[in-house]
Amino acid sequence: MSRSKFLTLMLVTSLVMALVGALSASPAQAQEPVKVTITARAVVGGVNNNLAVWLTTFAIPTFEEMMAAQGTPVDVEFVEFGGGDEQLKEQYALDLSVGSGYDIMAFDGFWVPEFVGAGLLKPLAEVVGPEVNDWEGWGHISEGIQAILSYQGQRYGIPSGTDVRQIFYRKDLFEQAGIALPWQPTSWAELLDTARTLKEAGIEIPLQINAGTAMGEATTMQGYFMVLLGAGHHLYDFDDGKWIVKSPGILDTLNFYKTVYVDEGLGDARMQLLQDGRNRSFVAFRDGQVGMLVEGDWFWRSVIAPGSETAVENRNEVVGWAMMPAKEPGAGYRGQDFVTISGGTGWLINPNTPHPKEAWAFLSYMSSRDQVRAFELIQPRISFRDDVEVAGDAVMTAMANALLQYSTVRPMLPEYPLISTEIQLMTERVVSGEMSPEDAMDAFAEAVTEIAGADNVKTLE
Amino acid sequence: MGPGRVAWPPSLLERNVERKHAIFPARVGIIFLTPTILFVVVFLLYPFVRVFLLSFTNQTLLGTTAPNPEFVGLANYQRLFDPDRWMRLGEFGSALEITVQFVVGSALIGQAGLGMLIAWAFYRKRGVLREAVFTLVILAWIIPETVVAFTWVAFLDWEFGTLNSVLDTIGLGRPDWLFDRPLHSIILFNSWRGTAFSMLLFSGALETIPPSYVETAEVVGANAWQKFRDIFFPLLRGHILTDLILITLWTFNVFTPFLLTGGGPAKRTELVSIYTYRTAFMGRHEFGKGSAIAVVMMLINLTLALIYLASIRRRRVT
Amino acid sequence: MNTFLARSWLARVLLFVFAVVIAAFFVTPLLWLITAPFNTQANLAVTIPSNPSLANFEAVYNNKFAMRALFQNNLIIGGGVMVLVAGVATMASYGLSRTHVPGRDVLVYVLILFSSVVSGTAAMVPIFLLVFRLGLIDTYAGVILVMTGGLLPSAIFIMRDFIDSIPRSYEEAALVCGASSLRVFRDVALPMVRPGVVVVAIWAFVNAWGAFLIPSVLLRSPDRMPASIASYSFYTEAGTPNLTLLSAYAFLYTIPVLVLYLIVNWRFGFRFFGGIKS
Repeated sequence: MSRSKFLTLMLVTSLVMALVGALSASPAQAQEPVKVTITARAVVGGVNNNLAVWLTTFAIPTFEEMMAAQGTPVDVEFVEFGGGDEQLKEQYALDLSVGSGYDIMAFDGFWVPEFVGAGLLKPLAEVVGPEVNDWEGWGHISEGIQAILSYQGQRYGIPSGTDVRQIFYRKDLFEQAGIALPWQPTSWAELLDTARTLKEAGIEIPLQINAGTAMGEATTMQGYFMVLLGAGHHLYDFDDGKWIVKSPGILDTLNFYKTVYVDEGLGDARMQLLQDGRNRSFVAFRDGQVGMLVEGDWFWRSVIAPGSETAVENRNEVVGWAMMPAKEPGAGYRGQDFVTISGGTGWLINPNTPHPKEAWAFLSYMSSRDQVRAFELIQPRISFRDDVEVAGDAVMTAMANALLQYSTVRPMLPEYPLISTEIQLMTERVVSGEMSPEDAMDAFAEAVTEIAGADNVKTLE
Repeated sequence: MGPGRVAWPPSLLERNVERKHAIFPARVGIIFLTPTILFVVVFLLYPFVRVFLLSFTNQTLLGTTAPNPEFVGLANYQRLFDPDRWMRLGEFGSALEITVQFVVGSALIGQAGLGMLIAWAFYRKRGVLREAVFTLVILAWIIPETVVAFTWVAFLDWEFGTLNSVLDTIGLGRPDWLFDRPLHSIILFNSWRGTAFSMLLFSGALETIPPSYVETAEVVGANAWQKFRDIFFPLLRGHILTDLILITLWTFNVFTPFLLTGGGPAKRTELVSIYTYRTAFMGRHEFGKGSAIAVVMMLINLTLALIYLASIRRRRVT
Repeated sequence: MNTFLARSWLARVLLFVFAVVIAAFFVTPLLWLITAPFNTQANLAVTIPSNPSLANFEAVYNNKFAMRALFQNNLIIGGGVMVLVAGVATMASYGLSRTHVPGRDVLVYVLILFSSVVSGTAAMVPIFLLVFRLGLIDTYAGVILVMTGGLLPSAIFIMRDFIDSIPRSYEEAALVCGASSLRVFRDVALPMVRPGVVVVAIWAFVNAWGAFLIPSVLLRSPDRMPASIASYSFYTEAGTPNLTLLSAYAFLYTIPVLVLYLIVNWRFGFRFFGGIKS
């Protein structure tokens, strides 16, 4: 046949085939998948590997499958962030300020007030719609844990984890010093006496409790708060709405630090003032130079766990834990005998996202019971849902059961991060011997008054 | 002529001045300069002007002053120089004092001094020794920041560090570098890090001196000091000046010591660059205040350059 | 013995001792970098590992994010900055040298001052906003352009005297013969200036190789992050460094610049010909 006829035949045939193909395609296949992005500080093969693995091999594939089967395909992309925490925060701030950024973001709870204050975040109900409040998960998450990502009564995201803090100690060193096990001090006096006994038995660093600016928020949380709460009050008066800047409790706290680091050498001040002090404390604990270390539960499940660089050999036999006592029984915050404080992290939805409903769909899915259970299997940690137990680690379960009831949280206010820095500075001045506790407290009061305003601070007698 | 004065032949004292004259018309020059002008306007002038303007506001990245910054005039500058507290540890005055010591020690004495010493020692020498030394010095300069920071933290460690192992073996004890002598540590570190630039600069400069000058000097019987004072120093004055200006500026702004001491212990090595970082990137991310610091530092460096220039001009031999 | 010979022998011994001391000072801190990566137990001491192993390197290799950062992104960013800075600075210095620009030296110095402000932490938000408006966030181009802008003044400053000290006679001759200015630049001047260009190129590459601040502000995708940021993926979630892995990564991070320098030094010689003077 002639060339033009042949071409025409080809054209018509292909058109027909295309038409047939289009008609026979199911409606689902003709739809474009919606793209949702999620980011966190986690890298496969690097930091927070477990989170990255769970997301990429379990949560995301199962979700995508489910959505495709429903006819509304969603493509979820996990964007690894391999920098430091501070860089991630800065990245969020910059991106949100120009109306961009990833759809779902991993957030540290105490960043929320600052970001909301800067107008960068919106409540979940505003971003997605009122249906978020009907999610079944809320019924399984306690008020306290929901508060991690709440601000001014509004929910901004779903929490993904919380923690508790306690004293970790080396049973082998305690035995060496002749201290009875199991050990649970009920007052500061007992705690300090134990430290003195360890010191006499030749343990280099009997007690290590965080101080100084090098450790950042770790100082405030694992150090200062643990002692302050035991001295009787919080950093902030929740009823009054005022920051407590001077009190006998603060003085007691600073004197505790002074006793440990300056007067009796029960702790190593050097470590608190060096740039990499926190890492050194981990290494020293691993090597049996530290008797007691006040840290958080991740210390057990991650820092000294088998496989880590700072793993302790025979961790289960060698390392024990105890609750942090109040100054005296009943003298702690809310009249407690023991104290602890919890931080928390979670996931937020970017107010600039082009696909809020799909983002919420994934977020609520990955926070559902089965998904969280799956994560627990890879990484046992304190669960934020009451229908998911800590899998496979009896110690973690015990810690959660014992401590969550005593716990409190940081004041969720925009000034908090600045005041936390002042706290770190205050402990640093006492521990380095630069200032007396009274002077350090005065400097703290002055600085916080400037930050929060004279109307928002108070002194306790 | 008294004792110690050398009878230099007059020809030696004539300086070979190359007259700078243009060989292209201005029009052509503009073409060569166009890419640079573009870069300068977009990526230098514009951000600089913005930083300058920012310094008069209380702009922050987070918190309530982020969406609504206010014009505060000179308040940021006043706060920096607030006479009641600026000299306290952790404030700007203290950072300035520490930085000046750091610059004198690590730039002037450390880099320039050591660089000149090495260049001088190997003047007109060739061979394996020179190559080896130069390569090692340059190595210290090109290795990435984060890497050298780690190696130095290990090097200076009180218990395990190599420096103390060596010092202990030769009987000088084990100072706790990062804890007791943090300023010395970072001065030592930065000198080590930056010497290569000065060494290369002076080495190249020395090569421009015609060997005949030096040979004549030797024939006339001058010793090393006289050679240095009357030949090398005058001829190299311009080079020394350039070197000092550049390395002073760079050392004022260097940030790597942060990775060694974090500005501590207890803020004792908080350089202005670290103070700026703490202001602009931690806490409330105060960019207004950080910009003010940057502008002040620029003015200080400008002043220093003018002082250097003036001091060299005054010593010019007529 | 002849005192002259004795003095010269003494001088040589002194020089040797001096060289050894200097060499020791400069090499000792780096010893850790050579031993630590092969050690399975993390330590700040320089210990020759009893059974050296490549386990750390294997673990590092499994971190695809960090590998890509180093062997792809660093090369792209480093190479881009190197080419751009060397090219633009050479042209500019040549222009400044061969045409009459009033106040040339002052101009360059003022630009250097500006660049010191703009490469500092305070300028990060203005730079971010600028690059955002140009639509270049999370692109290699954005990072390369910003870094070039920051390095340009110093590069011009360094190049300026290289070029000044080269006699103009050849170029003038070429001009007389009727060559265009571009040809004069490309065929006559450039070959003479090449050693200087090499120095500036290496200097720019080294600066870009280690850069941290600008990439952290302007980049987002993990595919584009450079090694300086990727190092943090070897930290624990608590923020403490994993020394064994980090030392191995640091080792890999250093090798390329080292090799580059050695090659360039062997081929061209890495020196400041004629030095720089104001």
